[in-house]
Amino acid sequence: MTAQAEPTGSPDPGAERAAKIAEFQRRDKWRRRLPLLPALLFIIVVTQIPFIFNIWYSLQDWRIVPPRGPDFVGLENYTEGYTNQFFLQSVGISITMTTAAVLLSLLVGTALALLLDRQFLGRGIARTLLITPFLIMPVVAGLLWKNQIFSSTFGVLNAIIEAFGLDAIPFVERYPFWAIVTVLVWQWSPFMMLIILAGLQGQPTDILEAARVDRASSRGIFTQITLPMLRPYMELGIVLGAIYLLQVFDHIEVMTGGGPGSTNVPYFVYQRSIGGGWDFGQAAAYSTIVVIASIIIATFALRVLSSLFQRQEPV
Amino acid sequence: MTLTARDKQLRGQSRWGTAALGLVTWLVAALFFFPVFWMVLNSFKTELVANTKPVLLFEPTLDRWEAAIDSIPGLLSFSEAFFNSFLIVIVSTVLVLVLAIPAAYALSIYPIKAWRDALFFFISTKFLPIVAAILPLWIMAKELGLLNTHLVLIILYTAMNLPLAVWMLRSFFGEVPRELIEAAQMDGTGLYGQIKDVMLPIVAPGVAATALLCFIFAWNEFFLAVQLNPVEGSTVPVWVSTNVTTRGNFMAKLSAASTLAVLPVVIAGWIAQKKMIRGLSMGAVK
Repeated sequence: MTAQAEPTGSPDPGAERAAKIAEFQRRDKWRRRLPLLPALLFIIVVTQIPFIFNIWYSLQDWRIVPPRGPDFVGLENYTEGYTNQFFLQSVGISITMTTAAVLLSLLVGTALALLLDRQFLGRGIARTLLITPFLIMPVVAGLLWKNQIFSSTFGVLNAIIEAFGLDAIPFVERYPFWAIVTVLVWQWSPFMMLIILAGLQGQPTDILEAARVDRASSRGIFTQITLPMLRPYMELGIVLGAIYLLQVFDHIEVMTGGGPGSTNVPYFVYQRSIGGGWDFGQAAAYSTIVVIASIIIATFALRVLSSLFQRQEPV
Repeated sequence: MTLTARDKQLRGQSRWGTAALGLVTWLVAALFFFPVFWMVLNSFKTELVANTKPVLLFEPTLDRWEAAIDSIPGLLSFSEAFFNSFLIVIVSTVLVLVLAIPAAYALSIYPIKAWRDALFFFISTKFLPIVAAILPLWIMAKELGLLNTHLVLIILYTAMNLPLAVWMLRSFFGEVPRELIEAAQMDGTGLYGQIKDVMLPIVAPGVAATALLCFIFAWNEFFLAVQLNPVEGSTVPVWVSTNVTTRGNFMAKLSAASTLAVLPVVIAGWIAQKKMIRGLSMGAVK
């Protein structure tokens, strides 16, 4: 790409062209940076300024109900914050819920993609049916599963269980954590399936054919060729899934309202602030802790991403 | 690529094996779709039928659909919610593209030196839990007089989808053959012309896939809508949740409302599914 400018007057048209392009690009340096600025400024204003305010709030004793403050109290909210048992519980729920939902979705999604990646009658319709859960509004998904599938009186699942002569199980009440994870996996497996399917369809057919000519076994082809090739797609699925599933709120709100065993960090912070606690100072401190923890998690996740980026450098 | 019978044999796929796996796929697909099917089915029941033990056979009625669409004075109505949602979602998606396309260009074609840092910064904002920012957002919106407006949701949905859009579009732009861009530069085409005439036609499927994902996430967003714009100016997810009542039976009406609420995104997703897969394979991991 770098244009070594030949001595001036060189008749070589290739070098002249390269020099011209290099000149164009130098002149364009700022015009190249400029397109990035609107998006960058927008995202800084909308996401970083609230965060700075948040740090300021977290140093105050500030309650709305009953009204008190704001008075500057320094780090008091923090020392109280990270020892709070309910907060620590919500951290545990967040980690286990995200891990379980992401890994199960990836597993199910990969299986679905492998099933779809072959010729059979009505394949397009099957794929259409399979992606539908991903398109469903989370609020609707939560309400639907709670009232019409899991419910011990009206739920389809319990009707089936009772048909076998067993007792109905109040799933959401008894297993709130797994009830929510089930709905999350139902919604996110199709997304993972799309990503893996994209990977499978990008498989170079000549390599597969060569392997087949060499009479490699199906399992051999899968573990030696397909799986390594799918790896970057799986990593992408894990990172994207984690980004969205760490933030889960809607399902919890409509299914359990943050009952025991299902309050993740976002829901906990919500409960402490505008969701009924109205303790702004304390809630802001929790938020700040969460943001710092998120940055630590993000650094790990981004390292995975960066290995993704390194596979193909833009020139 | 057509496989001969011998190829299939080498691959370990008998005709019966293929048929059996196809059948399994169909069963799994039906299982995944069943909750949605059940919701649609329930929307045609009366409340009396819907709120008993589940039944498959019943006399269908449109009564609860009418009830869901009927507006009650003082409450968010179906038509208002749909109008608000379409307005907010479309404007924010357009805004995302307007901001993300030039940014993606600056990060891919002739990337600025710190393109990796810039990209990481965009993505890292997605790791900040929105719930953790809701308090300052709520206070700021209140101070600026933006509570209960369309604008506050347009701004936040744009910020919510922008990182994903920049990331996806950056990889799509990387697919544009360099020679084409250089040729355009030789012809003296400016930046705007390069993006519009040379690159956009090539990355169009990627832009469509990106826009669709933004549309899905914005249309389905509930938390910000219910916190910052909960009353008459609000969106479809908030409208759905108002169909849950503590008094009386609501299952059939809620099913009708839910079906209406998911319809635009489901139809868009069904139409664009191939484009989405192609979009993801084209660039998302590169």
